[in-house]
Amino acid sequence: MRLITVAGPPSSGKTAIICKTAEALQADGVSVGVIKFDCLSSGDQALYERRGIPARTGLSGNLCPDHFYVSNIEECLDWGLQSGFDLLISESAGLCNRCAPHIKDVCAVCVVDNLSGVETPRKIGPMLKMADIVVITKGDIVSQAEREVFVHRIRQVNSSAVIIHVNGLTGQGGHELGRLLRDAAAVDSLQGKLLRFSMPAALCSYCLGQRRIGADFQMGNVKKMELG
Amino acid sequence: MINQYSDMTLDQLFCEHPHAREFFSALGLSALPAGQTLASTVAALDEELLLDVGIERQELLGQFCDYMAGVERLRSQQQALVASVTVLGGHDKSGNPENFRLELRPGEVTCIVGPTGSGKSRFLADIEWLAQGDSPTGRTVLINGAAPDLARRYAVEQKLVAQLSQNMNFVMDLSAEEFIQLHAESRMVADPAAITATILELANSLAGEQFTPATPVTALSGGQSRALMIADVACLSSSPIVLIDEIENAGIDRKRALSLLADQDKIVLMATHDPILALMGQQRLIFKNGGVSSIRSTSPAERANLTLFEAMDARLTAVRHALRNGEEIAGNF
Repeated sequence: MRLITVAGPPSSGKTAIICKTAEALQADGVSVGVIKFDCLSSGDQALYERRGIPARTGLSGNLCPDHFYVSNIEECLDWGLQSGFDLLISESAGLCNRCAPHIKDVCAVCVVDNLSGVETPRKIGPMLKMADIVVITKGDIVSQAEREVFVHRIRQVNSSAVIIHVNGLTGQGGHELGRLLRDAAAVDSLQGKLLRFSMPAALCSYCLGQRRIGADFQMGNVKKMELG
Repeated sequence: MINQYSDMTLDQLFCEHPHAREFFSALGLSALPAGQTLASTVAALDEELLLDVGIERQELLGQFCDYMAGVERLRSQQQALVASVTVLGGHDKSGNPENFRLELRPGEVTCIVGPTGSGKSRFLADIEWLAQGDSPTGRTVLINGAAPDLARRYAVEQKLVAQLSQNMNFVMDLSAEEFIQLHAESRMVADPAAITATILELANSLAGEQFTPATPVTALSGGQSRALMIADVACLSSSPIVLIDEIENAGIDRKRALSLLADQDKIVLMATHDPILALMGQQRLIFKNGGVSSIRSTSPAERANLTLFEAMDARLTAVRHALRNGEEIAGNF
């Protein structure tokens, strides 16, 4: 079975492109399952199942969705193997720009959208910089010039990824993305595998539920801004 | 990792390769010591800083080399020349064979007609993705008469098709001049300021109403935006094929717009429902049920009719002007 990790900022179009790509793959006889990670609530599982795509949801609640994902991905892979899928796609929650959900030797996709502005590629960390495939959505509503500048800005931070435009509404490009995913490496176990980059560190009093503001309550891994 | 840039000081590097600075600032590593060599600068980078920006030390130099190689490719415009694109028919939605061999050449305008959902978008996607009988339509696309190198399929910088869609917006809050300048810089052209001036001038010659270099792109009218993007694609886009989705009949000189693209040796594909535009092309593809049902060359009789339609159009345009000027629409227009 192939495992694909799909990550991207909130509302970048992850679910839409996974739906379109999975439909194109299923039309070619490839069986696809989806694991949807989300924070508080998610209607995406129903969305997938309406299209005949088996799906499971994990809600991270008050935990960091990135940390929650990495603590659960092994069991998700097992579910995929038991279900006999050809391809299992894990869709992250809309992640923060420092999140790093990609795993070494597991095909990593980052979804970004043209409407987020040309500065966005510089603001996203390992999720974009270490992706194998960068999918750009919402290209149909911006100008050709902006599309080209956006691609250039992505190239500046990720020189080796395949960059592909997919339209989440019409599905244009979904068939081609599917072809790329079919060529991903097979993964039968995540035992001993490594994350491509360390996840954002989280070890201060606020991680543990502190709500009061003030120097007295800041414990552990605290970093201060330099305001000159 | 040792490479040609390792032993250069950053001063040297940024002086000889101004865009190298962009790479580091894009990664969030802008305040680097200028007098050190690149290799020692990277070796001395604070682990904490690397963790913050999200890149590994050992990958940094390799990424930089890849980036510089990409820039060089762009600058030398190592675009394989596209002298022709050939589309071999596949089948429509019902599986009926299309039986055509279509040659598209630079400087030609091909129109695409057919109702919504008749397969126009998929046809363009087939071209864009260099289908080799492996897309839902079973069509095959050849470049210069031969099967293309498939590495090209996913080379986004060598995209075959530039699209000018109808529902296009500008999301950047920039003036027309800044906007085109930004695009020119990302295309690594030798003289961004000169080409920007050319594009603005061309766009103004196409647009019915003039705009200035300082006009925000978000304040341009539909016709002006269209004119600006057509001039921009003609001069800056590296894609040999330009797809235009209908040019509205207001605020832009459509005939000049098409000839500008043809003069720049673009292969122009235009989806349209407008009789004047449809007859301006050398040929048109008629779509039905997801396939090309026929291909028609514009005949001499059609060209004669085009002249008549243009005269009708000019009369209607005169009425529009008169309306705008508050005149009574009476007498002989």
